[in-house]
Amino acid sequence: MNINRRQLFLLSAGAALAGTGAIGVAPAYADAPAADKRIAEFAGGKAPATGKITLTAPEIAENGNTVPVAVKVDSAMEGDDMVESVMILAEGNPNPDVATFHFTAMSGAAEATTRMRLAKTQNVIAVARMADGSVYMDRKEVKVTIGGCGG
Amino acid sequence: MNRREFLAATAALGAITGSGMAGRWAHAAARQALSEDTLLDFQPLGNVTLVHLTDIHGQLMPVYFREPSTNLGVGKVAGLPPHVTGADFLKLYDIEAASPDAYALTSEDFTALAKTYGRMGGLDRIATVLKRIRSERQDRTLFLDGGDTWQGSYTALQTKGQDMVDAMNLLKPDAMTGHWEFTYGTDRVKEIVGGLPFPFLGGNIFDAEWDEPAFDAYKMFDRGGVKIAVIGQAFPYTPIANPRWLIPEWSFGVREEEIAKHVAAARAEGAQLVVLLSHNGFDVDRALAGRVSGIDVILTGHTHDALPEPVVVGKTLLIASGSHGKFVSRLDLDVREGEVKDYRHRLIPIFSDVIQPDEEVAAAVKTARAPFEAELGRELATTESLLYRRGNFNGTFDDLICQALLEVREADIALSPGFRWGTSVLPGEKITVEDLHNACAMTYPAAYRSTMTGKTLKDIMEDVADNLFNKDPYYQQGGDMVRVGGMGYTIDPNAEIGGRISQMTLLKSGEPIDPATEYTVTGWASVNEGTEGPPIWEVVEDYLGRHPVVRLEENRSVKVIG
Repeated sequence: MNINRRQLFLLSAGAALAGTGAIGVAPAYADAPAADKRIAEFAGGKAPATGKITLTAPEIAENGNTVPVAVKVDSAMEGDDMVESVMILAEGNPNPDVATFHFTAMSGAAEATTRMRLAKTQNVIAVARMADGSVYMDRKEVKVTIGGCGG
Repeated sequence: MNRREFLAATAALGAITGSGMAGRWAHAAARQALSEDTLLDFQPLGNVTLVHLTDIHGQLMPVYFREPSTNLGVGKVAGLPPHVTGADFLKLYDIEAASPDAYALTSEDFTALAKTYGRMGGLDRIATVLKRIRSERQDRTLFLDGGDTWQGSYTALQTKGQDMVDAMNLLKPDAMTGHWEFTYGTDRVKEIVGGLPFPFLGGNIFDAEWDEPAFDAYKMFDRGGVKIAVIGQAFPYTPIANPRWLIPEWSFGVREEEIAKHVAAARAEGAQLVVLLSHNGFDVDRALAGRVSGIDVILTGHTHDALPEPVVVGKTLLIASGSHGKFVSRLDLDVREGEVKDYRHRLIPIFSDVIQPDEEVAAAVKTARAPFEAELGRELATTESLLYRRGNFNGTFDDLICQALLEVREADIALSPGFRWGTSVLPGEKITVEDLHNACAMTYPAAYRSTMTGKTLKDIMEDVADNLFNKDPYYQQGGDMVRVGGMGYTIDPNAEIGGRISQMTLLKSGEPIDPATEYTVTGWASVNEGTEGPPIWEVVEDYLGRHPVVRLEENRSVKVIG
C-alpha cells in the first residue's frame, strides 16, 4: 500500500476526525478578526483560558505546503474531565479553518496530529472545548521563510 | 630566532605592539612565556572532563581566522556575550590588548597580531591537546564534536567529507552531531554515519513522512564513576538554511519538547550528568536553558562564538568553543549526588606555533592532502588588504566575491550568503585555491543570474534580516546578513520584519531601488534545486585572473541604525 500518512492526513492517537480541512478557495486572506469570530462561535461566547491545551508546531516551516501540527489536551477523558472537541485555525490563511477534532471517552486521550498548508507567516491557534463548557486556547507563530543563508 | 622562541621571549612583556594598557590585570597565560605547558596548564577538578570541539569546517591545517567586529544581539540579549566584540570584549573579560588572548578572541589589530602570533588550529595540534588531557584524566574524559566538521575546505569537498572523517576518527570522539554534514545528501550521510566508530546523535531529526526519530537522540557514558547522558541536537533549520532537496527524508526543528523528554528519560535511566551537544546556535541554547530544566551543560555550536568563560543560565553551563579549530574547551566537573558541585573551565587557544603537532595525525593529514597539494597551493592573485568574512555584514572576502560576481556575470546586483565559515588572508599574501575554497567549498555552488524586481530584493533582505535579528531566538537561523554587491542599504536590526531595510540604492547610478523595476541579480548558494550557473569558485578565479592584485576597502555601503 503506497498511500502514506501525509496523503491521508491521518490522525495519530485515537482521535476521530470530523474536521473541515477546507483550505484555499476563499478569495481574500483571513485576518485575526475572522479567526476571532470562529473562536467565539466555537467557544459559545466564553473567553478561552490558557493552560491544559498544548499546540506543537515548528517555529519555522520547512515546507509551507505541509506543516505538521500536534495538539494535546491534559484530560482524564472521563466524567466531567472530558474534551469534547479541538479546533485548529490558521489565522492568516484565506480560510482560517484547518480542522476540528471530536473526542469521546473511547478516545482515551485527547491528542491529534495533522498537516496543514500555511500561505504565509502567521499564528496557528488551537482551541479545546471541554464537556463542562470551559474553553482553553494555545497559539504559536509559524514562520514561512525564503531561507537559504544560514551557516 | 623562530616564532616559537620569539613568542616565548616577548609574550612575557605582555604588550607587543604597544597596548597602552599598563596597569591592567593580565591573564596568566599572557604574562608568562607562551608555551604548550602554559596554554594547557589546568588544575584538574572533580571526576569528569568534557572536551568540546565544534565548527571546525573542514580545516585540517592551522588557519588565520579573524573574529567578528560586529556581532549584534537583539531583544533581551543585546550587549550580552557573545554580542560583544573588539575593545568591549577585551574590557568585559579583562584581556590585555595585543595579548595572545586578544588576538585569538577579537578582531582588534588582527593583521599586526596575526604576524606576531601566527596561525591557529590544526587537527594535529588539537590531537596533542586531547592526548595530554586524556593522559591526565584517563577514564574521566569525554570528547564531543559539535558538528560542521565535514565541510568547508577544498579537500573536504573533493572527498565528500572523507578527509575529515578519517582524521577525526584518529582523535576518537565519543559522539557528534551535525549541520553542514547534511549538505552531502542523505545517501552520503548514511554511508558515513554507518561507518563511524562513535554515535552521530540528533534527537531533533525525524523522518519527514512519518515524524519518527531518524537518529539516536542520546547515549549514556560512564566516566569517572559518573553516568553521563549526551543528547545530540543537530542544527534545527538545516532544511531551510540549506537545500531541503538534498535531504528530503529528514525533518528538523528546535523541538524543545523532545529535548525535555530525553532529559527526563536519561535521568530515569540514572544519568547523574546531562550534556546537550548542540548545534542550535548560542542564543537558541541560552533561551532553551531557561525553558528546559535538568540540563547541566550545553556545549553550544553553530554561531562560532568563542567565550573565555561559561555563560550560566539557572543551573546550566553554556560553553562556546569557537570555530575553525582555533579553540578547544576543557570543562572539569565535580559531579556528586546527581548534580554539578563545582566546575573549572578553560577555552584553550590552539596557537599552532606553540603547540607541538601530534605525529600520527600530522602524517595522516599530510597523506590526505597529498593528492591535492599542487592545486591547493596554486596562486590566483595577491591581496593588498586583509580578506575576512566573519561579521554581521559584508566582510572584505565577501566584497571580493560580490565584485567577481558583478563583473564576470555582468549584473547590477550581487548576493552572497552570510556564512560564518571561511578563513582570512593577510595583506600581501597570495590568494591560493585553498584560500578561495575555504570561503566557498560546498555542494550547491552554482552562480545564478536572473532578474528580480526591487520589491523581491527588499523581501529577500527583510527575510534574511529576520532570520538573523528576530527577537525570539527560536526563530533565528544563525548565519550573518546576506552580503550585497552593487547595492547599498540601511538596516535597523531592532525593527520588525518589513521595517528593517531602507535606503536601498543602486550603487552604479546612485539612484534608489525602485520596487517595480527589474534588476539583473547574480548570486550563489541558492537552496533551490536545479539552480544553473558556473560554480562560484570558477567565477572568482576568472575575476582574479583579470585582477592579479586586489585591494578591498572596508565596506561603506551598509549603514546600521537603531
